[in-house]
Formats: sequence, C-alpha cells, structure tokens
Amino acid sequence: MTSILTNLFDGVAYGMLLFVLACGLAVTLGLMNFVNLAHGAFAMAGGYVCMVLVNRMGWPFFAALPLAFVSSAAIGIVLERMLYRHLYARSHLDQVLFTIGLTFMSVAAVDYIQGSSRVFINLPAALQGQFDVFGVGIGRYRLMIIVICGLLTIGLQMVLAKTRFGSRLRAAVDDPRAASGLGINVPQVFAFTFAFGCGLAGLGGALSAEILGLDPYFPLKFMIYFLIVVTVGGSSSITGPFLASLLLGIGDVAGKYYVPKMGPFVIYTMMIVILIWRPNGLFGRTAAR
Amino acid sequence: MSASSDVGYHAQRQARWHYGEVAFWLVVLACGFAFPTRYLIMTDILRLALFAMSLDLILGYAGIVSLGHAAFFGVGAYAAGLLALHGIINEPVLALIAAGLAAMVLGFATSFLVIRGVDLTRLMVTLGIALLLEALAERFSNITGGTDGLQGIEMQPIFGEIPVDMFGKTGFFYSLAVLFLLFLFARRVVHSPFGLSLRAIKNNPLRAAAIGIPVNRRLIAIYTLAAFYAGIAGALFTQTTAIASLDVFAFERSADLMLVLVIGGTGYLYGGLVGAVIFRMLQEVFSTITPQYWQFWIGLVLVVIVLVGRQRLHRWVLYVPNLVIKQVAGRKAVVAVPESDA
Repeated sequence: MTSILTNLFDGVAYGMLLFVLACGLAVTLGLMNFVNLAHGAFAMAGGYVCMVLVNRMGWPFFAALPLAFVSSAAIGIVLERMLYRHLYARSHLDQVLFTIGLTFMSVAAVDYIQGSSRVFINLPAALQGQFDVFGVGIGRYRLMIIVICGLLTIGLQMVLAKTRFGSRLRAAVDDPRAASGLGINVPQVFAFTFAFGCGLAGLGGALSAEILGLDPYFPLKFMIYFLIVVTVGGSSSITGPFLASLLLGIGDVAGKYYVPKMGPFVIYTMMIVILIWRPNGLFGRTAAR
Repeated sequence: MSASSDVGYHAQRQARWHYGEVAFWLVVLACGFAFPTRYLIMTDILRLALFAMSLDLILGYAGIVSLGHAAFFGVGAYAAGLLALHGIINEPVLALIAAGLAAMVLGFATSFLVIRGVDLTRLMVTLGIALLLEALAERFSNITGGTDGLQGIEMQPIFGEIPVDMFGKTGFFYSLAVLFLLFLFARRVVHSPFGLSLRAIKNNPLRAAAIGIPVNRRLIAIYTLAAFYAGIAGALFTQTTAIASLDVFAFERSADLMLVLVIGGTGYLYGGLVGAVIFRMLQEVFSTITPQYWQFWIGLVLVVIVLVGRQRLHRWVLYVPNLVIKQVAGRKAVVAVPESDA
C-alpha cells in the first residue's frame, strides 16, 4: 500500500515537472499552431545555466533557478524576434524542418561546450533525502517540485483567466485579425508568451536535472513527452495539458515500477490509442484554425 | 482543344522520358565504373536515395508529413537480417521482397491511423510508431539482439549465381538495379491517373473528395506502397552492411531523411536521388572538419534552407541551367522543380 502511495507521489512530482516543461509548448503548438520541436532545447539551456551557476560559480540553488528562467526566456525572445516569427505563416513541414535543425544545433553546441556526459547539479543538503509520513516515503526534492510547480500552475491559471494580458492572449489566439483590429498588438503578445513559455521550460530544465537527467540529448529524448502532453491534453485551457502531464507522469512512473520490462511501451501505446480515439486531444478542442 | 484532352496532353507530355533523365541514369551507371574504390559510400547513397524516394511518394505526392518513416526502414532491415540469419530465405532478392512485404503489411496496418486527423496528429502518430518499434526491438532482445543488433549476417550469391565480393562491387550494382527498377515502377505510378489523383488530394482533399476521388483509399494505397519501398531500402541496408542494429529505428534517421528530400526537392522523384548525393557529401565534408559535431552543421543547413525558402533556393540553383537552355534551345525554360508546400 505504501509503495503505491510513494509511487503516486513520485508520479505526481514527475507529472508536475513535465507540465512546467511543456506548458510553453502548449501555447506555441496548441494555441499558435506552430510545431516547435525545439522546445526541449530551451529547457536544456535553462538546466545548463543552472548547473554552471551552482557547480562552477558557487551560487545557491534557489538563486540560480530564477536565472535559469530568465536566461531561457532571453534566448527565447531573441530567437522569436529573429527567426520564429517569420515561420508562423509557413507550412507545418517547414516548421518541423526548421525546429529539427535548431534541435540538432543545440545538441551539438552543448556537446561541444559542456561535453556529452550527464551532468548533476549540486543540491543543498536541505533538499536531499526523504522523510516518512505515515510510512509513505516523501522525497524532499520531489516535494519541493510539487510545491513550486503547483504554485506556478495556479499562478498561470490566474493570469490567463483574470488579467488583462490573459484575455488579450486568448483573443489573439482565437482570431488574430479581429484582435489586431481591436488594437491588440498581436505579435507582441505572441512574442511575450513565447518567451515566457521558454522561460518556464528553462526553469523546468533546471529542476529536472535531478529527476530526468540532463545531457546534450535532452531535447531529443524528451521531445516526444512534451508533444504527448500537448496533443493529449488539447489546448482549450491550461487544465488539459496539466491533467495530461499528471496522467503521463503517474503512468510512466507506475509503468516503470510495475512492468519494468515493457519500458516506454506503455506510454507510446497510450498516446497512439488516445490520438486515434480523439484526434484533438482528451480534453477540449484545438484552436479555431 | 477541349479542357479534358488538354489535361491529358500535358499529363502525357510530362510522363514521357526526357533526355535529361536518360543522361542522369547513364551518369549514375558510369559512376559505378569510374570510382571503383568508392563502392561503399556510393552504395550508401543509393540506399539513402531509395529511402528518400519512398518518403517522396507520401510527402511530395500525397502531402503526408511523417516523422517516423524509419519504422518501415527498420522493419525491412530486421526482416532481411532475421531471414538471412536463420536461413529461412537465403536468396537475397527473394529476401529483399519478403522484407519489403513485411514493411508493407505494417504500412497497411498503420495507414488507418495515419489518415485520421490533421498534420499534427500524423506527426505524432508516425513518430510514436517508430518509437514504439524501437522500444519493442529493445524489449525482445532475444530475437533482435538488443543493443548489439544482429551480427554475422552473410549475403548469399544473388540468384544463386553472382557471388558477393568484399569490395562492395556486387553490392553496388545490386543496389543500383533495385533502385532503378523501383524507380521505374514509382515513375509509372506517379504519372498514372492514380498519381494524378494523389496530387489532387494533396492540393485540396475536400475538393478531391468532391470530384469523386476516394481520398482515404488512395492515401492508404500510397502509404502502403511507400512502406514497401522503405522496407526494401532497409533490407538493402542489412544486406550490404551485414548488420542491423537498433539505430535503424532512430529518430535521427527519419529527420535526416527529411533533410535529404528537402535538399533535393519534393514531388518529382529525382529529389531523393539528388538530395542523397548532396546530403552524403555534406556529411562527409562536415565530419572531416569536425568528426564529433557534424550534426551542428547539418542542423544549420536545415535552418538556412527553411529561412531562405525551399522554392527560392531551387530557383537559384536552376537559374544557370535554365538560362543556358533558354539561350541554346531558344525556348522557355524546361528545367523546373514542381515544388509546392507539403
């Protein structure tokens, strides 16, 4: 019984992490209809920035996390303004090719700068180990992930639902032409959203170094996971991808624990079945276009 | 001239063999005699060309974007390897066809998943299938050899007559013959009414359905055929390199394949062939400059191609040939890549 609860806890932490990593993609892919296969590269950038700051320059872990966010967001906004925005109107094939190219470049570049082996971020002692609650092992690090990611999710939901920016974003996504007719600066809204999504990915990358492992092949290895979250979750709200991440996280942890021989088989089969059953995702609809 | 006979006239004119095409194949054949020390890399190029042609059939003619075409390549490769290793079918040509058929069955089965949904769903499903097969091959390591792959595959004499030499000469001409035969068939298919209906589907599925083309059945047919081609390419890979390992399913293989096709251009069959040559050369150049990091430059090539625009790039490349033709033959340019956004 306790092992089930521990697994559930780990699965939830894993799922939350996936959500933070992928929710930027939910906006670009689900709402802006841009196939960004390079999303993992931004996450990797954040992870490596955090690693360099903590391990080489002796920054405290919690000070390095915001910087991982900022640096990924900065890279994101530069690339968006320089490259991505030219491709919004292009065909999906072009977008796929372009972002695969970016992914390859990022993999080789990080390999060149930091070497190809897996890196670890030195965690403060307070985050290591685990404690028992009624016999259920709770990892401190995972608990922290759940807290951070949970707060972020609530914050995102509030921003999208309650603030002026949230309604402008929703308007821009629903109908860009009408939105710009109403005086909303659509490219600016998109650029800001893109950068914010990249920043979240960077933060997720920094947090995930301990759990998912961080090496130059990160963008390729986890690309499919991010895509699953978005396609299975749909994109009508932030709740869809969130539930999909939790499902994926719990499913993956449970699958690896109870049927280790099947490996990632369970996840891929689940994805294909769900996509066949509901091509627009489990929760909700795709964008109007 | 009525409209329908006009269309027929143009379709027939396009389907006719041009001098350029004959010259192209003569040059390929001549390469086989001109560079006797380069058989291995040339065989590699032929294999890649066949694989790219298979993707061209679905991407260039039917407009299906696939991120997991390596699935069929892998099935073909493993099928050929297993057939040869266990001595089930010893004759290479028969084994080749059997491997192609195995991939074809998979293609037929998965085509029902692929025709559902839009671009994005297709991307995901094709990618998922390739990953699924890779996971399966890893899981059943007692059959596939796991991460070590299948080793010690020996190629028996072709037709029981022609022995395989160690310099890859037989392998090269064998691959060339397979490629040429399959090219002839593909050429026949895409210029047939069936091929024309595929183009109609690619341009506008709704309109194609409205004029009575059975869209889904056509897509299933071409997807299955492309799977057969990819399976043959995979089987050639196993037969000429004597190994089949897990990386036949790798995502990089599907991604590289797209690059090949994009370099060469889609929708005129020669794209894969030209692209394969250029891609391999680029890869050679990059890996001599930076053995470990050539992927960076391949990625850069992709990004640049997309940013410049595929159509514009092909116009630039064809500018000089077209100018020459215009001057010499005094007619409008004939060399053109019928490119459209897939």
